[in-house]
Amino acid sequence: MKVERAKLSWLERLYIPSILNGFKVTMRHFFSWKRSGVYADKQSDYSAKTTMQYPEEKWPVPTGYRGAPYLVKDVDDNTKCVSCQLCEFVCPPKAIRITPPGQGGEVDREGAEKMPKEFEINMLRCIYCGFCQEVCPEEAIFLLKDYAITGENREELIYDKEKLLSLGGADERAYDHHVQDGVDEGIKKWEKKTQDAQNQPTFH
Amino acid sequence: MPEFITELLNNHAWLMVAIKVLGVFAVVMPMVAYSVVAERRISAFIQDRVGPNRVGIPFTKIKLLGLGQPLADGLKSFLKEDFTPGHVKRVFYWMAPAVSMIPSFVVFAVIPFGSVLGAQKMVIADLNVGILFTFGIVSLGVYGVVLAGYASNSKYPFLGGIRSSAQMISYEIAMGMAVVPVFMLAADPTWREGLPAESEWNAYLDGTGLLNLSSVVAYQSDGLFSWLIFKQPIAFCIFLIAIFAETNRLPFDLPESETELVAGYNTEYSSMRFALFFMGEYAAMIAGSALMVVLFCGGWTLPIDGFNTPAQSLGMGVLHILVFIGKIAVFLGLMIWVRWMLPRFRYDQLMNIGWKRFLPLSLANIILTAIVLWATA
Repeated sequence: MKVERAKLSWLERLYIPSILNGFKVTMRHFFSWKRSGVYADKQSDYSAKTTMQYPEEKWPVPTGYRGAPYLVKDVDDNTKCVSCQLCEFVCPPKAIRITPPGQGGEVDREGAEKMPKEFEINMLRCIYCGFCQEVCPEEAIFLLKDYAITGENREELIYDKEKLLSLGGADERAYDHHVQDGVDEGIKKWEKKTQDAQNQPTFH
Repeated sequence: MPEFITELLNNHAWLMVAIKVLGVFAVVMPMVAYSVVAERRISAFIQDRVGPNRVGIPFTKIKLLGLGQPLADGLKSFLKEDFTPGHVKRVFYWMAPAVSMIPSFVVFAVIPFGSVLGAQKMVIADLNVGILFTFGIVSLGVYGVVLAGYASNSKYPFLGGIRSSAQMISYEIAMGMAVVPVFMLAADPTWREGLPAESEWNAYLDGTGLLNLSSVVAYQSDGLFSWLIFKQPIAFCIFLIAIFAETNRLPFDLPESETELVAGYNTEYSSMRFALFFMGEYAAMIAGSALMVVLFCGGWTLPIDGFNTPAQSLGMGVLHILVFIGKIAVFLGLMIWVRWMLPRFRYDQLMNIGWKRFLPLSLANIILTAIVLWATA
């Protein structure tokens, strides 16, 4: 195939106009301190250029993102997990290990049947599938937005109950609010559970 | 200065030379390191990025705009595995990085980087054939690249080496021809004889020949428009472009054109050996800039009182050196800028420009200069 080359004028063949144009373009970019616009719609407080300066600036994590699974507390700062061990059972890579309290284990609030003595998630094994969140009847474990799990050794990356609870905090998805007529009536989860229990058919 | 040091220096002339060599080395090496940083930062800004801005003072949180980067780069180069592929020609493979780096540094030997400090002329070797020596050394630069291409014994480095040899030889001719008119003007004995007998220049130039580089600097000290960049603009343009080609910088970086030849002649190199090529390239850039400053931009002089004659005090001597470094920095900035601005020439275009444009143009320039000189004589 014969490539047709554009016929250049005498001035163009000197390369000088293109070189000057090149200077113009590069100058404009060099001195463009304003935001480049690439991420402008995603995050408003970028200071300069296209580069996202990672640990200081972070991607906006979209809703529904499956990050690391953490335990969450309810608004009264209570552990919601009741140590049913469903998540441990369903976890495909077997990253979760729960030590149940055994008989007469302590609970920190009324209405809770029991809570785990120890709850460990091995973040090295976790595959972020979200089965634990799906299976949890108490809405106590959620895949939050944390995606940068770092540690200096393997032991450090097995998160225990305290760590999971403190990292999970009181995620708003953990609240089971009932808003009626614009009035927040507070947590109704246990009420709903009771209701569900009462609605079950009784067998005599 | 204590008596015994003065005596020692007087009795052993080589000591002073050694001190100057160390001094130049101590300035050029950081310049090499920081021109790499400048390259990365400027390229980043031109491409709307940020560039290396993290490394500052080690073990602290002080970032200093990333000025600690050379330290990290150097450490990385030293700690990386120095891998020698099995198929290389070992002796030449080991020689090539050194051979490519040494000529770039040797050029600094004849460059007058300042006027005087005390009684010492700020040039390591005040050769009377300064410019010839420079060309001799610059042409050695090609051996490192060719040797690397040959020794690597694989196709991409080989192609890089071949391209490099053709390119360097072509542009050296244009470069040499471009410098001829400069010396037609500067090596004219009449202006030297016209210098007033009591002027500092007379003492400074005492005993130097007309091809001496200090003499070229003296020729340009008359004022801004005595700079040869204004008297010989065509020669300057050809010289500048030839320097781009000689240092393998874009738009003439065909020996290592990474889109075609992986990395060209240094494909098979890793670790500190690769870093030597890299440093050699930047040292050659600095040497080329220094040459341009000396030949065309008045060297260490400025058309201001005090800066246009050899220094009378130590302070002025240091200022003259700083002026020289500043002028070099301008040219380095230009070379870096152009790299991120222009695309690479095709090989045939490169040869066309070298042989069919610059060589006739520089010859015409010589003739033109000769005619003007003859007409005005």
